[in-house]
Amino acid sequence: MTPHANTHPGAIGRWRTLPSAGRRAAVSLIVMLLAWELIAHSPRLFGFEVPYLGVLPAPSAVIGEWVMLLGDAHYWGSWYLSFTRVFAGFISALLLGVPLGLWFAISPTMRNLFFPVFEMLRPVPPIAWVPAAIIFWPTQELSIISVIFLGAFYTITLNTYNGGRRVDLAIIQSARSMGASRSNIFRRIVLPGTLPSIVAGAAIGMGITWEVVVAAELISGGNGGGGGGLGLFMWDAYLAGNHEQILVGMLSIGLAGYFSSGLLRRFGGLLTPWLSRN
Amino acid sequence: MTNHVETQDASVAGEATRGFTEILALYHGFGRGAQRIEVIENCEFKLKPGKLTVMIGPSGCGKSTLAKLLAGYLHPDEGSLLIDGRHIAGPGKDRLMVFQESALFPWMVNEENALYGLLASGQVGAGARQRVTALMDRVGLGRFRHKYPGALSGGMQRRLEMVRALVNEPALFILDEPFRGLDAMTRTLMQEHFAQMFEEGRRTALFITTDIDEALLLADEILVMSSRPMKVTRRITVDVPRPRTVAGMIKDERMKHIKVAVTKALYSEAIKAFDGSSRAVAAAGFEKFLDTTQ
Ligand SMILES: Nc1ncnc2c1ncn2[C@@H]1O[C@H](COP(=O)(O)OP(=O)(O)O)[C@@H](O)[C@H]1O
Ligand SMILES: [Mg+2]
Repeated sequence: MTPHANTHPGAIGRWRTLPSAGRRAAVSLIVMLLAWELIAHSPRLFGFEVPYLGVLPAPSAVIGEWVMLLGDAHYWGSWYLSFTRVFAGFISALLLGVPLGLWFAISPTMRNLFFPVFEMLRPVPPIAWVPAAIIFWPTQELSIISVIFLGAFYTITLNTYNGGRRVDLAIIQSARSMGASRSNIFRRIVLPGTLPSIVAGAAIGMGITWEVVVAAELISGGNGGGGGGLGLFMWDAYLAGNHEQILVGMLSIGLAGYFSSGLLRRFGGLLTPWLSRN
Repeated sequence: MTNHVETQDASVAGEATRGFTEILALYHGFGRGAQRIEVIENCEFKLKPGKLTVMIGPSGCGKSTLAKLLAGYLHPDEGSLLIDGRHIAGPGKDRLMVFQESALFPWMVNEENALYGLLASGQVGAGARQRVTALMDRVGLGRFRHKYPGALSGGMQRRLEMVRALVNEPALFILDEPFRGLDAMTRTLMQEHFAQMFEEGRRTALFITTDIDEALLLADEILVMSSRPMKVTRRITVDVPRPRTVAGMIKDERMKHIKVAVTKALYSEAIKAFDGSSRAVAAAGFEKFLDTTQ
């Protein structure tokens, strides 16, 4: 065993708080970009092409393309479209998933009636819903949003349900013995007790929406539908043989997901102040 | 009301008139058929108002089950539980339970935690807030009023639970091994705190423990319970004034006698868990232990 093998879970958190963490991240990023640049120019530099990776456009070319796109309305339009879809799908998943999860958690009748159906539909991947969604919904926009919705809905519902069921019985009993009404216990005990799980479910759900939005846009726009968004932006770049733009699209989606999750974490942290240290 | 005699001999403070508790021919068990276990069998006792009764018994004998019956979380198979002449039918504001596990609300700041019961039943006024502030200061939590329970140590959490229970002014205070799991030092401090708070309020209290010294330090009366199925095997009055200390107890002749009596009663129950030859070994060990206490 190496001495690293028994690193305990706290180690990652402590590493993050190191003052040099930012510097290390910068170093790793620069090294990676340099290696990528060298690999991309390998035929000229070393006289041979590095297998597979050699066909990549160089980072300098990608960044150049990206800078050029910053002034392009179509590029920003794609961002806007994907963002509004993710937002619409995610918010509706939150609005439906949280109450449903809570209902499952507090009502055995509800659970017995609908949980089996829920569990049967859950394993169907959101992308598998695309054809059905296109047939079912009157507009392409609604089909895309409904698929995004499904991506987040199951996770949010399930996390809310599990969180609700795990609220400590001793805590509920102690509230009851102080004479609190059922509705007060729901509002002041069950709901805040479930909130950390809701936030966690929302964060995972948000990640899934970005996975789903691109695929939904690709598929729905693939047959000349032209629904727009970052997914279709990449598809068009592929059709045009513009490798730099494909990479710009990929990085843009990565950034979009990163921003959304970051925002959500911030917001979730504000909702659950008792979980932060001190 | 049938409790005239009881209230008279406990006429220490005004509060002492509340919380007269009667347990009559109580039976309770869990499971069905072959899985069935009888936990409480023909258990009877009374809690005198304004007295601190300590229930001590081997672990697993059914003390927590009895506490839950009193709190109203469980319904007895047979028999009755009365508090000030009224039957206990479910959880109620007249009884408050402090558990061996923390039951504070992590999402409420400490002051809100203490006030929750009053807030939930719409009884909170400026007076209640002042009382909470004063009580929290008393137990050394003044600086933590606006912090969350997660920021408190184990001992502080227990103190907050005491404050919360006191603020709700229950007729009967049920404490189920509230200091279990605390380190020895904190535990001693908590016992002193609790004894002091009890002296000031004189609320009827049932304190459950497995620790003989804790029982002797706190009790007005000790109920020694049998092993499962549980009933009262001995009732011992401890008429030694508080505050008591462990050091003082070693010197006090009355205390020494009481300790031996409690130990013997507990021992004869605990030994039932051993069988055959191991019982003889346990018995020999116990005789030696008694020699050292006398
Ligand atoms: N809900 C339950 N279902 C089945 N058995 C239980 C339940 N609660 C307690 N018991 C059993 O009843 C007995 C007494 O438990 P408990 O009252 O917790 O003992 P104590 O608090 O004295 O240690 C134990 O044998 C325990 O396993
Ligand atoms: Mg117990």
